[in-house]
Amino acid sequence: MSSQVETVVGAEIAVRRRRGGRVVAGVAGGIADHLGVEVFWVRAVFAALTALNGVGVIAYGLLWIFVPQRTTSAPDEAPPKPRERQQAIGLLALGLGAAVLVTLLTGAVSGWIVGPLAVALVGAAVVWREADEAQRRRWRDGARSGVLGRSGRSALIRIASGVSLVALGIGVLLFSTYQLDQIQFALVAVLATLAGVALLTVPLWIKLVNDLDEERRARIRTEEKAEIAAHLHDSVLQTLALIQKQAEAPREVRRLARGQERQLRDWLYGRDFGENARPTTVSAAIALASGEVEDTFAISVQQVVVGDCDLDHNLLAMVQAAREAMVNAAKHAGVAEISVYGEVEADSVNVFVRDRGKGFDQGSVPEDRHGLADSIRGRMVRHGGEAKVRTGPGEGTEVHLEMPRKQEARS
Amino acid sequence: MTDGERVRVFLVDDHALFRAGVRAELDSISDEIEVVGEAGSVGEAVTGINHHKPDVVLLDVHMPDGGGAAVLAKVRTALPDVVFLALSVSDAAEDVIAVIRAGARGYVTKTISSQELVRAVVRVSEGDAVFSPRLAGFVLDAFADRPGAAPIRDPELDLLTPRERDVLRLLARGYAYKEIASELFISVKTVETHVSSVLRKTQLSNRYELSRWASDRRLV
Repeated sequence: MSSQVETVVGAEIAVRRRRGGRVVAGVAGGIADHLGVEVFWVRAVFAALTALNGVGVIAYGLLWIFVPQRTTSAPDEAPPKPRERQQAIGLLALGLGAAVLVTLLTGAVSGWIVGPLAVALVGAAVVWREADEAQRRRWRDGARSGVLGRSGRSALIRIASGVSLVALGIGVLLFSTYQLDQIQFALVAVLATLAGVALLTVPLWIKLVNDLDEERRARIRTEEKAEIAAHLHDSVLQTLALIQKQAEAPREVRRLARGQERQLRDWLYGRDFGENARPTTVSAAIALASGEVEDTFAISVQQVVVGDCDLDHNLLAMVQAAREAMVNAAKHAGVAEISVYGEVEADSVNVFVRDRGKGFDQGSVPEDRHGLADSIRGRMVRHGGEAKVRTGPGEGTEVHLEMPRKQEARS
Repeated sequence: MTDGERVRVFLVDDHALFRAGVRAELDSISDEIEVVGEAGSVGEAVTGINHHKPDVVLLDVHMPDGGGAAVLAKVRTALPDVVFLALSVSDAAEDVIAVIRAGARGYVTKTISSQELVRAVVRVSEGDAVFSPRLAGFVLDAFADRPGAAPIRDPELDLLTPRERDVLRLLARGYAYKEIASELFISVKTVETHVSSVLRKTQLSNRYELSRWASDRRLV
């Protein structure tokens, strides 16, 4: 039974290098997670193995190369505490020291070789770690910023120091083994070969880069197309299907077409305040309210807003009052179009809701009608604004809302 | 234009279906208008307008090979008598301002009713400017002297007079010229004069501010 459970658990936690809580590359942490033991012991084993002719370092390096990193950071993975980091680095130093000591004592390999090799290894590790980091950052930030973020400079410094460490190690190794003139000859030969290879492969490189570019462009195109297709399917095609079914009801068709036009326009021109997003500016809020009234009452709302500012508590109340005025006009005026005009000025915001409909006699409105008195006038007054109504039978109606802007909201 | 003569209209739009629709509606609704020709691209439009010399060109803003502003740039100086009325599905500020600046005498969107379109055509042919409420809003926005707006460098040119601003405001509120006149206690003729001078200022005011204003709002 228990072994079964273990395999299941093991299958769930395949060996993955840690993202957080790591000191070098997260290999030891990953193995510790996999085996379910303390990280300390894994590190200790690596250190002990290192003492055996550097096996630990090589094993660590191989695991680093071949074990993939976790795709996402586990929530509980915090960066290592200073104490843990100190402990890990201490273990590393201990292991390396032991390795050097053992090789010196056994005399199997000359100290002249081990020293430079160790330096080169450390350099390689630094570069590798940087590459790992850069890749991670790329995943996190998207393709645009890569190594050239704010940390670009430090990354460059780290890469440069790593490369020079490697060069130093190899150089010292070579110098100690061969004579100077031999080195020169070998260096020239190596450089010439490298240059030749670079020259020969230039077309290959260019092709590679171009292919990559082309591939990326094609992918972006495909993704965009898919997104547009999805959107058109969700909105336009559905609406057209509805319109075909309802062709006998011109009012409904007009309502659908108007709603769809507005949505598509918002989507195309980026005024994106979807169904869940609350508008945060006055113009967006007025546009949203106008759209809702258009949809609900199947009339057209001609809406113009000059200037814009952030929505605060009072201005939200004003937009709600304006919406109520639109609803009134849609219900009672008997017109197909309403004009809504908003203007944001330095010290106040004005909204006019106008129709050319029946109009009414203000004196003859029954006492029990609350729409205008409460929802519009009362709401405005409660928030420090004011509402004026101009109307008369046959003259249409215009509701003028004015709300002073708060001192701190001015910019 | 003398009375009794029909307004000769030339249609420019890259959608043949839309041209056919507008043509049919204009022909059926009104005796005041005669569609003399149509074009589906900038090149065709330039040739056609030069050939027919219409009174009014109904001009689409977006076309594959350059758009309404390109037609205006190529034709306007040679034929100063031809009046252009932009008719577009777009009501993005940048499009509106661009064709008005290029010399169009008015701007209406394609959702306009046929009767209103006829009225607009007749009005521009008589030398009037047709400002939809939305267009009036854009112009007010572009000329705003509120704090934070672009600095004004040539006050003579770039500022609207308070009266012009009042007229535009009422236009944006959906008032007809006649209603504006009675609201401001001026004659309809004076309203028209104000609107025309707003149009002139829009065409002359410096391009930098308008485009900057548009890009500030991410409309470009």
